[in-house]
Amino acid sequence: MNISSLLLVLLALAVIGYAWGRKKSSATVQGHLSKLHSRLGYYGSYVALATFLPAVIVLMLWASVAPTIINNKLSGALPEELKQNTSDAERSLILNSIYSIATGLDLINEDEKNLINQDVANLQPILQQHGVVLASPGQTYMVDLATELNHWEKNTRNVQTVVVILIALAGLIASIATLKPSLRARNRVELVMLGALLLASMIAILTTVGIVLSMISETIHFFGMVPLHEFFFGTVWDPRFAAADNPDAVGQYGLIPLLAGTLYIALVAMLFAVPVGLYSAIYMAEYATPKVRSTVKPLLEVLAGIPTIVYGFFAMVTVGPFFRDLSSSLNNLATGEVMPFIQAQSVLTAGIVMGIMLIPFVSSLSDDIITAVPRSLRDGSLGLGATRSETMRKVILPAALPGVVGALLLTASRAIGETMIVVLAAGVAARLSLNPFEPMTTVTVKIVNQLTGDNEFTSPQTLVAFALGITLFTVTLALNVYALYIVRKYREQYD
Amino acid sequence: MTTTATPSAKHKINDSNLKRRYAAEFRFKLYGILAISVGLIFLALLLWSVISKGYTAFQQTEIKLDIEFSKSVIDPDDLAAEDPDVLLTANYPILAKDALAKYLGIDKKDKINLKMVNSMLSAGTRTQLRNMVVEDPSIIGTTQTVWVLASGNVDSVVKGQFSLEIDESRRPVKDQQVSWIQRMQKEGVLKKRFNTGIFIFGASSRPETAGIAAAMVGSLYMMLIVLVLALPIGVAASIYLEEFATKNRFTDLIEVNINNLAAVPSIVFGLLGLWAFINVAGLPRSASLVGGLVLTLMTLPTIIIATRSALKAVPPSIRTAALGLGASKMQMVFHHVLPLAAPGIMTGTIIGLAQALGETAPLLLIGMVAFVADVPTTPLDPATALPVQIFMWANEAERAFVERTSGAILILLGFLLIMNITAVILRKRFERRW
Repeated sequence: MNISSLLLVLLALAVIGYAWGRKKSSATVQGHLSKLHSRLGYYGSYVALATFLPAVIVLMLWASVAPTIINNKLSGALPEELKQNTSDAERSLILNSIYSIATGLDLINEDEKNLINQDVANLQPILQQHGVVLASPGQTYMVDLATELNHWEKNTRNVQTVVVILIALAGLIASIATLKPSLRARNRVELVMLGALLLASMIAILTTVGIVLSMISETIHFFGMVPLHEFFFGTVWDPRFAAADNPDAVGQYGLIPLLAGTLYIALVAMLFAVPVGLYSAIYMAEYATPKVRSTVKPLLEVLAGIPTIVYGFFAMVTVGPFFRDLSSSLNNLATGEVMPFIQAQSVLTAGIVMGIMLIPFVSSLSDDIITAVPRSLRDGSLGLGATRSETMRKVILPAALPGVVGALLLTASRAIGETMIVVLAAGVAARLSLNPFEPMTTVTVKIVNQLTGDNEFTSPQTLVAFALGITLFTVTLALNVYALYIVRKYREQYD
Repeated sequence: MTTTATPSAKHKINDSNLKRRYAAEFRFKLYGILAISVGLIFLALLLWSVISKGYTAFQQTEIKLDIEFSKSVIDPDDLAAEDPDVLLTANYPILAKDALAKYLGIDKKDKINLKMVNSMLSAGTRTQLRNMVVEDPSIIGTTQTVWVLASGNVDSVVKGQFSLEIDESRRPVKDQQVSWIQRMQKEGVLKKRFNTGIFIFGASSRPETAGIAAAMVGSLYMMLIVLVLALPIGVAASIYLEEFATKNRFTDLIEVNINNLAAVPSIVFGLLGLWAFINVAGLPRSASLVGGLVLTLMTLPTIIIATRSALKAVPPSIRTAALGLGASKMQMVFHHVLPLAAPGIMTGTIIGLAQALGETAPLLLIGMVAFVADVPTTPLDPATALPVQIFMWANEAERAFVERTSGAILILLGFLLIMNITAVILRKRFERRW
């Protein structure tokens, strides 16, 4: 039986256990339910859980361990001369074809099997007819091993089915046997529920661990091929070709131009978004009537809900060409030439469009923080005769400053991690330049570039994406942690 | 006395000072209005830019032809009864070409004009006519009136996206063809009709037969997976953290973690998905299952944060009352607190789903940029997603693809709008004052 039908059987057993448990506990007290410690449903759930949980746990363990054991057994069964005369990569290729042949052998009928037994050359075309593609013509020993492999797999599956169902039945019988009115069924069921809740909250930690593990394991591979200092201090990004003076190198992976591009574009975005967002927040918190506030605030927040791919497209087809044409006409006015000095894909285009995206982040966060400043400070300042703008500049903003700074850090981390806008609007040229009218590229663009297309996880060209990823993760994490720290510390002041 | 003289002098100074201060006040207010206008203007510009470029994508130029399904072309050797494949491989485009040539009155030997006629028809006519014949083989030998797709270039001319003032040799539509188009338009044979194709076709290299069906189904699968996984896990995690966890180092760690995960760049989740689901677990690339799992991990923090604030909003009196009547803590949470927090959880979930629907970057990394022409039938089939389809179309050079891209963006924004409005309505409807 395969795993999904086995699961269905277990579920059915659990349902039976639920009904049985209810019925039996009701019967033991002859319908006087108040004699039971818990309500009927809990007795049912207790039996169902005892049936289902241990069996499923065993099933999971089995399903994760069995393939490894079979794989080891299979590589142990390879012919001796193959074991000695092949590299690891070749051996894994051979194992892969054996697995494909094994899948194929399950699909074919007796006649075709005989054909293959007569001549191995028949193997490839016959399997092809059943949709199993072999990279190379099969060998006799492969067919034998594949047959054996199918045999093993069938055996383990059978044993697995029997063992799991036995465990489920044992759980069912044992829990039914222990049912009695004084059994604290509810407490036991609730303990399991608590365990499930705890497990769910562990997923957040597991995700972080997964992120860090994935990055570190691949990054270590990468640094095995490219030295650390070349990555962190290199100023040339050229992953494809070896440098002329260093023919052994697998390309140049200088992080500096990417980091510079990332920070430059984020800076332009912040230069645009911070004043606009901050002044919007101030106006909405201090001057706007409730009516204006209740229409303008959600409208600005629409900007945050628009997918970034839409901003990228907007930058590519509207903003970029607009800047290019504008600069071309300006140039025409000044010098009489129509050469544009702003390119369609440029730091400016990407920065401005990203800035638009960031406006609602700045304004919402600062709005919350400004309105959190206590009334007494504002009233005191106004009562002393200060105008509203003076109150804002001299009293409220300084009081809100740590919070605003925290908000800006969070926004900056978003700007650094943003992908789709820069993929479409910033270009792919990795270079160091101070001119905002030229294209530059960012860390995120290069991660996408290195990993779209076919990827083998053996070349530095793809592994570098993980090194870039861990750099990005570290930078944004540091910004976030610092921002959260500042915001938290600030909030405590007025609580 | 000096004291009598100074007040007036002081008053004067104060007066100019006051003016200056009021001017500053005015300027400050103006900056605020300006800032808000800048934001709103850009919002309007963005929407206008997409809508003005995209609304035409919902119309497509089609040509009404009297097509003769002649047996000599479709099934010359009368083999269809034994071998149905004959009907699949027949030369259908020639039927449409002949019909158009006949309508325009072009001689069968006029190779140059015939070629121009052919280029006015979409390559999609092949599938269209083939499906007609396969569905109902009895139409072979009859003449049917069919609306067939015009080619992308003809479509662009009809929609006025081409400047016809460019020199004839430098544009794909020749003067002769333009005059035919004008003649057919006048006679009502060629016109723009509602474009159902954009909703039912998969990916295609030709704009007129490119649609978002594969992407929509892929996105739908992913949303389902996110909903089925992220909602229960997220709610369970929040219940534990909010109701059961004792404040200690460990729960603090989980909390800081969730806050940080909400701010991790989305592309990092793509790297995680690539490594964990494709590299380690060996799931297929480009599958909506993997996309759904990655988006689940991304959406979890959003749902957890929303659920926790919904749980927090349920007043302690409800909890104490439940406990006072003898409910266990678990019963209190599941029978009393959770139902009251449900509207808040739902709004949070919808907002999380909307975020996941618009996400592109992590999906690029797990190979969802594949060219998928067939609508996926299971979550393990190669699929693509709406935003990824938009990204792929955005990189196509043809003018007609800009229109498609904008059209797809409008559809995506439409979905997001529906989801957000639902969230707002839910919030309004179930808003409760304690």
